[in-house]
Amino acid sequence: MAQIFHHSTNVLSRLSIYGGVFIVALLGAALYEIELSPWYTDVHVSREQPVPFSHKHHAGELGIDCRYCHTSVEKSSFAGVPPTQTCMTCHSQIWTNSAMLEPVRASYRDDKSISWTRVNALPDFVYFDHSIHVSKGIGCTTCHGQIAEMPLTYRAGTLYMSWCLDCHRQPEKYVRPKSQVFNPNYQVPDNQEQLGRELVKEYKIQSLQNCSVCHR
Amino acid sequence: MKFELHRGRGVGNTGVSPFMHCLRGLACLGGIAILLAGCRLDMHIQPKYLPYEPSNFFNDGRSERPVVPGAVARGQLHTDELLYTGRENGVVSDKFPFPMTRADLERGRERYNIYCTPCHDYTGNGQGMIVQRGFPPPPSFHLDSLRQAPAGHFFEVITNGFGSMYSYAARVEPEDRWRIAGYIRALQLSQHAILQDVPESDRAKLTENQTKAQGHAAAQP
Repeated sequence: MAQIFHHSTNVLSRLSIYGGVFIVALLGAALYEIELSPWYTDVHVSREQPVPFSHKHHAGELGIDCRYCHTSVEKSSFAGVPPTQTCMTCHSQIWTNSAMLEPVRASYRDDKSISWTRVNALPDFVYFDHSIHVSKGIGCTTCHGQIAEMPLTYRAGTLYMSWCLDCHRQPEKYVRPKSQVFNPNYQVPDNQEQLGRELVKEYKIQSLQNCSVCHR
Repeated sequence: MKFELHRGRGVGNTGVSPFMHCLRGLACLGGIAILLAGCRLDMHIQPKYLPYEPSNFFNDGRSERPVVPGAVARGQLHTDELLYTGRENGVVSDKFPFPMTRADLERGRERYNIYCTPCHDYTGNGQGMIVQRGFPPPPSFHLDSLRQAPAGHFFEVITNGFGSMYSYAARVEPEDRWRIAGYIRALQLSQHAILQDVPESDRAKLTENQTKAQGHAAAQP
């Protein structure tokens, strides 16, 4: 029986075999890139908000403490989004005619909540607790990024489980003195490794990696 | 699924009609669709309310419900008049409901720096950052009228607000309001101290700084 394919078609078959490997590898690489891209993770993507609230102005330029608005961060799992009353503490007197702030005034006037767009959200099967993190020396900016430089708030970390575990495996790389937790301009010192190890010991930080620590 | 595909590929050999071929293809797609239907977000988005989650059930759209008027939560039966109102028998009191230890004053300083400094500033002179941005200036804590005001007055103002100052009751716990009042007393002392108030061992430091400052001022053109 005569050969159906000419001898030269072997080149094609070899090419397609090698090509297959590369295509699979390329596909894998592309998926990996997509998974880490801002398009998928929302990292560094500012969200549209009903009022263009600027952490850069309030926390950075004015130097208002994080806890002035996020009052429950030290005692609750949830840091707390301030009620309109907190905004109006100052804005009943300053920028009272600003059109930008009309939704805030309307909210206060009509007792209607402002629907902020959530920037950092975890799946419902993750039980994260702010209070334990801030009371063990994990600073706001460690997870939330350079918040004092964000005109509009964006997510600074992927919030992937691997991202959480980076710190849970090596807390000494991220821990800071308790007095600096709420300092938005904290600079990681050169001797972080050494300082971190001392703080981990002093604050009795456990490197918790059990599933049930976060998944209950 | 794999099995189906395998058989599908052999269409020409097994003599399956194009119609059956088509049917198999559809069955395949159907299988994939059923598998994909398994990818749901039930666990990601569970039927429970997280803090501040909106609700379509209640008219105001909030899942968090206001306390029913007259309800008293466990541990919130505030019978201690002094601790929770700053008054004794209806009169503003100068007494603190618990002794102000060093730890209390340090906690008071921390709370003061968070909640009060935007207007009252770190020294209590009423020239904080928000005042510099146009908020009506509050009186300095170092005025005679406020130096003589009873401690309960500061507690009451934090609790209920005063003039253009809003209530901070939702942001500062009653005990912390007293600690802030204690720290305001410390600030008042700090601005009306004389050299004799400083322990002798530390006096040299003060005068040293002063001479340095004077030297610095003299060096300025």
